[in-house]
Amino acid sequence: MIDDVMDRDYSLEGPCGKQAAAKGLVSAQWFACTVDRKQMKQLMQRDDWQGLKYLGSWLLLLIGSGTLAYFSWGSVWAVPAFLLYGLFYSMSDHTSHELSHGTPFKSGWLNTFFSQLSAFMALHEPVYWRWSHARHHTDTIIVGNDREIAFPRPIRLLGLFADFFFLKSGTIELLRIIRHAFGSVSQATRSFVPASEIDRMIRVSRLYTLIFAGTVAWCFVIGSILPALFIVLPHFYGAPLTQVFNITQHAGLAEDVLDHRENTRTVQLNQLLAFLYMNMNYHVEHHMFPMVPFYNLPRLHALIKDQCPPAHAGLSDAYREIIPTLWRQRKDTRFYAKRQLPAPVAVSPVTGASQQQQRGYA
Amino acid sequence: MSHWIAACAVDDIEQEDVARFDHEGRTFAIYRSPDDAFFATDGVCTHEKVHLADGLVMDHIIECPKHNGRFDYRTGKAQGAPVCVSLKTYTVKVEGDRVWINLD
Repeated sequence: MIDDVMDRDYSLEGPCGKQAAAKGLVSAQWFACTVDRKQMKQLMQRDDWQGLKYLGSWLLLLIGSGTLAYFSWGSVWAVPAFLLYGLFYSMSDHTSHELSHGTPFKSGWLNTFFSQLSAFMALHEPVYWRWSHARHHTDTIIVGNDREIAFPRPIRLLGLFADFFFLKSGTIELLRIIRHAFGSVSQATRSFVPASEIDRMIRVSRLYTLIFAGTVAWCFVIGSILPALFIVLPHFYGAPLTQVFNITQHAGLAEDVLDHRENTRTVQLNQLLAFLYMNMNYHVEHHMFPMVPFYNLPRLHALIKDQCPPAHAGLSDAYREIIPTLWRQRKDTRFYAKRQLPAPVAVSPVTGASQQQQRGYA
Repeated sequence: MSHWIAACAVDDIEQEDVARFDHEGRTFAIYRSPDDAFFATDGVCTHEKVHLADGLVMDHIIECPKHNGRFDYRTGKAQGAPVCVSLKTYTVKVEGDRVWINLD
């Protein structure tokens, strides 16, 4: 662990990143729970039907709530209808994330279709985001290397609350896409997006920017904000539950460790919430084995839960840990919620179940 | 000059799966395709230090277990982000019950 940095510098070009590299924390080998190869192979299998069941349902809910919102426009019923539409629209944050891993579908075209749709809705320009997220999985919460550390210490409460309506992150995403559309790419971005991908990132950013501009123009032409209430803005006004989910992923946990059980949180949710969150409540499992599609994460959890700290029993249990931790981190940047790790699992000479660790599976 | 090495037994790899083979400090991945042909590539992903033998074989694609980058293991060609650099491939032959790999 890095324990001698009082003022953490989370930028990708700052001293913390270099210090982490010197300590062997960058592109390092991570701990992985023991899972038999045959079982893991089954868990990694992709299934079009499972993917379609989820993403088709999501699309139907989106279209249904959007229709309700459209026809209720002008009445008081428009408020709950649009909030419902925004809630489903904001689920694109989770769907685009999972689709960027390429795991929901066996058929590539289905993955591509839903990926393009949800990436735009989530304001995740896909080229930038794919590489940023790959770095996040390589160096999860390694200060100065992971661009996706959402809760740097000391915690900024204003930003945290603003993101209940996607105001901080959404503004950053929008401005970066527009900046990229004009061909301006920062050195930090170039540190994780390969040179060969920069032109494609700029082209996609231009397309996104054209759609943003077209939406604004459409609003002006018809003299109504209605078009923007259907695209782009729903991710803002519909964001509260997404933010409630996202905070649970890593907030308040250890930095600069090579074990997802210490820097990532798994929370048990009921079926409705797990659906809305696309099973990303199994976040330790997702980080440790990103090859496993979301619909198999509950099975993976059952297999490895004895090798992990106890999962939080619901959102309230998770927030009982998160809120006091973040509050204290306002002033004490060394403080974090320490997870209790179970004793290591013995090697099985019969099944060779520890083989993945020997192979460096992470 | 050929440099053939016996890598593993045929039965060590199921159809549509991959196995790891280490030799003189190098790591290789050996694949058995759905149509029962064998192939070999370098064993570590060109994007990050991850063993491809822990990944998933789908038809003629190997998917890296860490970042879901994909390669066609017959040609080694990278299939898209986050992998850009292709894998080196090696000639493979089956003699008896053994899979041999030509390291040259």
